[in-house]
Amino acid sequence: MIFTVIIPLILACFVPLLSKIKEKIHTGIFVFFIPFIIFLYFIQFIGSDFSPIAKTYKWIPSLGINLNFYLDGLSLLFVLLISGIGALVVLYSIYYLDKTERLGHFYVYLLMFMAAMLGVVLSDNVFVLYTFWELTSISSFLLIGYWHFNERSRYGALKSMLITIFGGLSMFGGFVLLSVVTGTTSIQSMIEQKDVILNSTYLPLILGFILLGAFTKSAQFPFHIWLPDAMEAPTPVSAYLHSATMVKAGLFLVARFSPIFSSYEWFFIIVSLAGIVTLCWGSYMAVRQTDLKAILAFSTISQLGMIMAMLGFGTKVAVFAAVFHILNHATFKGSLFMVAGIVDHETGTRDIRKLGGLVTFMPITATLALFGTFSMAGIPLPFLNGFYSKELFFESSLDLEGATTFASVLAQVIPYLAVFGSIFTFVYSIYLLFGTFAGKKHLDLLPKKPHEAPIGMLLSPFILVLGVVLIGLFPNLVNGTFLAHAAEAIKGAEIDQHIAFWHGFNTPLKMTLIVVGLGFLLVLTRKKWAGAYRVLPGKLSLNKLYDYILEKLDIVSQKVTQSYMTGSLRLYVAIILGVTLVVTFIVMLVTDGFNIQFDNLADVTIIEVSVVAIMIVAALATILAKNNVSAILILGVVGYGVAILFVLYRAPDLALTQLVIETVTVVLFLLCFRHMPKLRKRNETSGTKIVNIVISVGFGALMTLIGISAHSSKWFESISNYFIETSLKLGGGHNIVNVILVDMRGFDTLFEITVLGIAALAIFSLIKLKRGAK
Amino acid sequence: MEIIILILAGILFAAAIYNLLQKQLLRIIIGTGLLSHGAHLFILTMGQLKRGQPPILTEGKSDYADPLPQALILTSIVISFGVTSLLLVLAYRAANENNTDDMAQLRGDENE
Repeated sequence: MIFTVIIPLILACFVPLLSKIKEKIHTGIFVFFIPFIIFLYFIQFIGSDFSPIAKTYKWIPSLGINLNFYLDGLSLLFVLLISGIGALVVLYSIYYLDKTERLGHFYVYLLMFMAAMLGVVLSDNVFVLYTFWELTSISSFLLIGYWHFNERSRYGALKSMLITIFGGLSMFGGFVLLSVVTGTTSIQSMIEQKDVILNSTYLPLILGFILLGAFTKSAQFPFHIWLPDAMEAPTPVSAYLHSATMVKAGLFLVARFSPIFSSYEWFFIIVSLAGIVTLCWGSYMAVRQTDLKAILAFSTISQLGMIMAMLGFGTKVAVFAAVFHILNHATFKGSLFMVAGIVDHETGTRDIRKLGGLVTFMPITATLALFGTFSMAGIPLPFLNGFYSKELFFESSLDLEGATTFASVLAQVIPYLAVFGSIFTFVYSIYLLFGTFAGKKHLDLLPKKPHEAPIGMLLSPFILVLGVVLIGLFPNLVNGTFLAHAAEAIKGAEIDQHIAFWHGFNTPLKMTLIVVGLGFLLVLTRKKWAGAYRVLPGKLSLNKLYDYILEKLDIVSQKVTQSYMTGSLRLYVAIILGVTLVVTFIVMLVTDGFNIQFDNLADVTIIEVSVVAIMIVAALATILAKNNVSAILILGVVGYGVAILFVLYRAPDLALTQLVIETVTVVLFLLCFRHMPKLRKRNETSGTKIVNIVISVGFGALMTLIGISAHSSKWFESISNYFIETSLKLGGGHNIVNVILVDMRGFDTLFEITVLGIAALAIFSLIKLKRGAK
Repeated sequence: MEIIILILAGILFAAAIYNLLQKQLLRIIIGTGLLSHGAHLFILTMGQLKRGQPPILTEGKSDYADPLPQALILTSIVISFGVTSLLLVLAYRAANENNTDDMAQLRGDENE
């Protein structure tokens, strides 16, 4: 089973080589065989005695992440859709894309997407599923931005990327929680442990995260906004990704996990509500569009909402209807996208206001569109599959009940919303068909003179429409052998659904009649009520909200960064010191670190006190000094004071060094001072001054307090006795400090010498090397 | 006495930080000088002050001042000297090249 996922990836590596000979043969011809072979491979599994197949290939066994593949009815439905429609789309693209396009890129992305999608539906391991899931997002991003020189393409690609990756990451969070709760990474083992999950306190979080992933991918309200913008992609991509496969990944996810969550009432509420709202909003908005592909995009949104709602209902009829409609939608929507592509290709525009009366020029395309749109509208004719699934949808919406008040109210409202959404579905379907192919001709508005498409381009939509009609004529053709297995995988129980064209004059049929009647009326009076769009949505737009959020994020983050990254080093120093001060102070207080005791102190003598007093005065005077020489000399006073303290505290070597170094430093300062700019009085605002004073005084006080506390609590004996005892024995020297420096801790000295050397070299180069000199 | 030395160190720190936060380069270098003096006194006090002989072995004496902090301070003095002199020359170059020694004016480009 794994080879079906691997082969497209491997062949994707060879596509660039193949596309080098594109002058002679279209690259798509080589690519076509891959999905076709995969389709043939999977078709053998169709049969009434099908049972799930599991395969495991090791990947990261230590983390429990393996390439677990699992083929059950649900996966089978999807792999057949992916490979079958994949083959048709490749066939179509051979005629749609010119040889001058960058075909190598196109087919690499497409094969990458196909492999990822097959991986998503076949994975049994949540983390593998997530990996493939993100790969679909990335390859979809690449495909939407295929014409990257087009600004709208780049915008659409980025938008879909941001939204689906957002959902993907949230889904990943849900998966991590699931695997933590159940201790396994396999979806089938999770389903076996569904009681553990349902009793977990994380259940709402898990459900929310996973549904967020599914809703963003499947373009459910309010995350549907990326799908219309993704229509900037080449039409084969729109037909494949944004109608038949990728947008159904979210449906697949919900279906896959519904054995776990279906008994949890919030699953019913959230999924049904999101689905039904999406259905209504998508179909309502579709009527307003003027671009053929935009109509189809909103139509896809609304149909996905319908399937999502049925998955939320979770009854036997609903689950079966959902599976059935996934298949039906893929057939008629795929063909409609291809028809839109043909119209675009042959007339040069997709704007429905410029089109009209094309039936005389393109009779075959018009016929194909007729079947597609009528099936989409659910018109009761015995050769259209859309009618059956719509009928089942109405039927399932009627017998819903909820345990809580909210759920039962929702169950009451759903049939009405379903009818409402279906009326608009009818309206846009008819509008799409008649607006394009019937009515007045506007030949002067068209960039090209319209004519019928080449036979190869018509082949793929023809095959899909053949599917529409075949399922329409023999609705029970694939029931027991194919769809029942898929429904069983979702529901967890056997489902034996018989579809009849005429099942009596019952409520669902009445609902259909209402839809057709009211829809017909609305189509005729479209101009009169089109003003409604000025009220709803009017100026409200989720796209505007999305743009606003992105823009604000940019502006706010820029402002935040600019507010503290001013380029002023003084500010940074103040922030560093201020934070250090506050944090240290709080930590010391909280941990009771200030420990001040006055025992074990040396005596106070006059000499020391007077030295200290001089140093204090000198230290404060450095701040007040007005000119360079006095500032340097006052600093020198502090240094010599330190040297005297070293003398007093029995540190002859330190005193010596300090004296010499202080002298050299003062000399250095004086050497520089002639060249240094003069000290000037700098005007500071009093606010800055106060802040500086607070920080410096606070810092000094804090250090004193820490020093006293540290001095008051000596926890261990000093190790210096060892140095004193062994200085002569081991080091052979009387001067203990020097023995430590060159013998016991000689390494310090080595690198201190290095520091001096580096400083000397740096000073030399600073003086010698001038800017611009070679 | 340790308390007094620590207070002195604290005042040195305070003066050092105040100088560090000034606009002029020279003041900042003076600040670093004061900061290292404060730190040295700090290390010295962490040992014990004025106990016993200077740490040079002599016959018949066994009570010596703690030699380890002294060794550490000696290392530190040399390093801070190296850094201070480098800073000094750097400030000289910076002031010359940019014709200002005002930190408020010494900034990179807006988008650097």
